[in-house]
Order: sequence, then C-alpha cells, then structure tokens
Amino acid sequence: MRVRLILLAAGLAIAAAPAPRPVRIDLPFDTTQFAELGAGAPAPDAINNNCLSCHSAEMVLNQPALSRMEWAGEVAKMRNVYKAPVAETDDAAIIDWLTAMSERRNNAGAKAGS
Amino acid sequence: MIARRHFLTLAASSIAAPALAAFVDLRLRGGPSHRPLTAAFADKRRMILQRTTPPLLETPLSVFDAGIFTPNDRFYVRWHWPFPTEIDARAFRLRVDGHVKAPLALSLADIAALPRFEIAAVNQCSGNSRGFFEPRVPGAQWGHGAMGNALWSGVRLRDVLARAGVKDGAVRLRFSGMDEPPLPEAPDFQKSLSLDHALDGEVMLATHMNGAPLPLMNGFPLRLVVPGWFSTYWVKMLDRIEVMTGRDENYWMAKAYLVPSTPDGGITPGTRDFARQPISTMVPRAFITNVIDGSRRHWQSALPVGGIAFGGTTGVARVEVSADGGATWRDATLGPDAGRYSFRRFDTVIAAPRGTARLLARCTSTAGVVQPLAGIWNPGGYLRGQVEAVNVEFI
Repeated sequence: MRVRLILLAAGLAIAAAPAPRPVRIDLPFDTTQFAELGAGAPAPDAINNNCLSCHSAEMVLNQPALSRMEWAGEVAKMRNVYKAPVAETDDAAIIDWLTAMSERRNNAGAKAGS
Repeated sequence: MIARRHFLTLAASSIAAPALAAFVDLRLRGGPSHRPLTAAFADKRRMILQRTTPPLLETPLSVFDAGIFTPNDRFYVRWHWPFPTEIDARAFRLRVDGHVKAPLALSLADIAALPRFEIAAVNQCSGNSRGFFEPRVPGAQWGHGAMGNALWSGVRLRDVLARAGVKDGAVRLRFSGMDEPPLPEAPDFQKSLSLDHALDGEVMLATHMNGAPLPLMNGFPLRLVVPGWFSTYWVKMLDRIEVMTGRDENYWMAKAYLVPSTPDGGITPGTRDFARQPISTMVPRAFITNVIDGSRRHWQSALPVGGIAFGGTTGVARVEVSADGGATWRDATLGPDAGRYSFRRFDTVIAAPRGTARLLARCTSTAGVVQPLAGIWNPGGYLRGQVEAVNVEFI
C-alpha cells in the first residue's frame, strides 16, 4: 500500500510494535522565577507566590507586550475560569509587575527599531 | 542533511552558535521571539520549548523538510492540564457510557480485537502560528510548528460505538482523557462531536502513530483522531466517551476554542459583540521548508524551493510558488499522495533574483479552496491560513 511505502521510504517503522508496560516518563522542571525589574519597579513577589504552581514562567514571559487591561483580563481568567487560588489582594501587585514588564519590552523594542 | 544545514543557518541568525544551536528565532513581530531548543523531554529529540509545565513543545520547521511524516520523537506536544506520567497499559480501560444500551469498559486488548483502521492525517493545533497574528493576541505563542502529520492506526470509533449500542435520541459524543486540572473545580478538558460525525468511519481511536505506540506525551495509550479537524478534538489519553442526548455546555466547547461565525472565521480587531461557534475544520496551508525565513544564503540562479502542503479537509490539488512576492506564480511538482488528510510534498526551482526575495507558496485544495494572500484576525489567534512569506537575502 502506497502510504506504507512512503513510510518505509522515510525509514519509519511499519510494524505495530506492542507497547512496553507500564509506560513511565519523567518530566523536566523549570525553576525560573519572575525577575526583579530594578529599583523603583514593581516587585515580583506576588507573581512568584501566585503564578508558578500551575504553569512555568515561560507561559507568561513568552507573551507579547500586553496592556494593563489585557493582563488584568488574564489574571481574572486564571482565577474565574481555571480556579487559580490567587488572593484578590494580590491582583494589583501581579498586574503591576506584568504591565511594567510589557512596558519595558515596548521601550526596548522602540529603541531597537529607531 | 538538508534539514541540518538549514537548522544551522537559522541558528546562526539568532546567536553565535557552537555545533548545535541553543535557541531558535521564531521571527514573531514585537517579540519575544527566541525560544530554547530542548532535548530534555522523554521520547523527544530537539524541540522548541514554549513551556515546560504543562508541556508545550513545538516542531522545528526543518523537520518538515525531511519528509511528509513527522517522526514521533519530533512531533509537537500540547497539554492544558497535568497528565499521568506513568500508565499501566494492562489496567487501562476506556469507558463508554451515557445514552447506550450496554455501557462498556474496554481494555486495550478488547480494542485491538476490533477491525484495524489506519489513516494519514495532519494534526494541527487550533492556535498554530498564533505568534504571527497582528495585532498580537495572548495564548501559546506558537510559530508554525504546532502541527505534524502521522499515519494513525487503531480502530474506527464507529466500531466501538456499535459494541455499546447507541440508543435512539443520542446526538453527541463527549470525550475526555486522563489529564486533570490541578484545582478540582477547574474545568476538566472535554470535547464533543456530533453523533453523525463520530460515525463517519474516519474518526478513530489510535493506539499507534507511524507504526509505533503513541509517545506518552502524544496521548498514550489511546487518542481520538478526527481527520480534517483541528487537534483540540483529538483528545489524548482518551479514557471516557459519553453518549449525550443534548447540547454540550462544558467550558471547552461552550466558552473556549470559539471562532467568529463569519465565513472565514475572521473579524476586525477591536470588535466586541459578534456571534461565535466552536472551531472545527482546517483550511489549506503550504510552508516552504528548505529556505528559512530571514536567512542569508549564497545566490544561485536556479534555487530549489520546496516544502509541505495540506488541503484541510480535502487533498492538495496544486501548490504554486512565487519568487516576487506574488506578482508571478509557477506550479510546483507534487510528491506522492498519502491521502486527502496528509501533508504532501511540493518542489520546484525558481529563478532567484539578486538581492532579496520574498518567496511565497500557495496551496489549492482538491475542493478548490485557494489560500488567500491576506490574513484573517480573531481574538483567539485561530485558523491562520494565509499564504506565508519566506524572506531571503542572497549574498
């Protein structure tokens, strides 16, 4: 059969090999914390304490520069939809840090582009 | 060999790399655009690291240049919630219940006893290429590598349902896997399909991909395969099928993975009120894979340009390539046809201009759907399907 010929040509196995059992893997950890943004900038304590138990920091750090309103929306989604146990009293500090990070990136981008 | 050469070219443009690059530049406008390459995940060779926990691993484009079937150890990975990292295949059971005559708990041996079925099909994340949306949108910031093509083998869903006996009045099937939210009140990942779709003889339960058992991170021991539909429906570690008589109001169908109810799924940025519907079928796409966007290379008068294309819900009828940003096009030669849902190779040779070139590849499906030059936008960053450009500088 044609598809199997293509697979064979690609050097891929065509026998339906049985699965070893039980199957077990180890997943790597990422211990990256959100960083200090410098003197006078919002502190990362609140975001580090609230936002790393369900996902690693890359999810946040890989986002494009978002506005304060967009970041507030993301924090609200984490609490309201995904039930993240974020204390509402920490919202302001988390959103401050996120917004400051995005503003820094926008500034860095504007400088790089000029 | 070609793949490695391009990989190095790509690496050289991002950092001064030793023998193997540590980062790729996805060329996402406004950034952040660099991602580490990682070989730290089980059963996976070098992948683009989007997120460690839960894993989001992207396939480097060079992998697609090496063949139309994406090797299991380079196949992308996307999880919403934590999932078991140890599975006893002998203890595994697939429950089929709800509006059925005989609820089932099938072992893998029970499933293997059903008639075998296999199909080549592209598995593509709904948000593949989201990082290229402008204006940018939040979500996993994928390049073009949240997709892959495999030969899936297992059994037809229809044959499993026949064993349970669907009762009159059933309209939908809801699927869920062994992944679980870390907070119990958070929405478990569940997706559903209409009963008619589920019975079409193509929707299947796969135990193997490309002739080997599914890697655990790709859904071992069993995943749903929905040819032509985005991967959000291809539930991994599938352990429950619920036959329903009504609508599915669960979060992942009613609130997430929705697209504007417009003909092309696009909407003007900033629009607030618009009708939405669950994302469903894929659209045609083509990717040049032997020339990397943003790369520099020695000029050659006749430049081979090739890559992979897929038609969405039907096969690839035609791929055209342009070396002048779309002013003129030439037909590429199509490679072997592995089925309507598969990647298909295309190759041609273009007369390279001096200086810089903007290379384009445009797929036309066998249904006559042509990739548009202009892109759509929606707030979820879904359904990207416009012609993609590869900018190259000749030196």
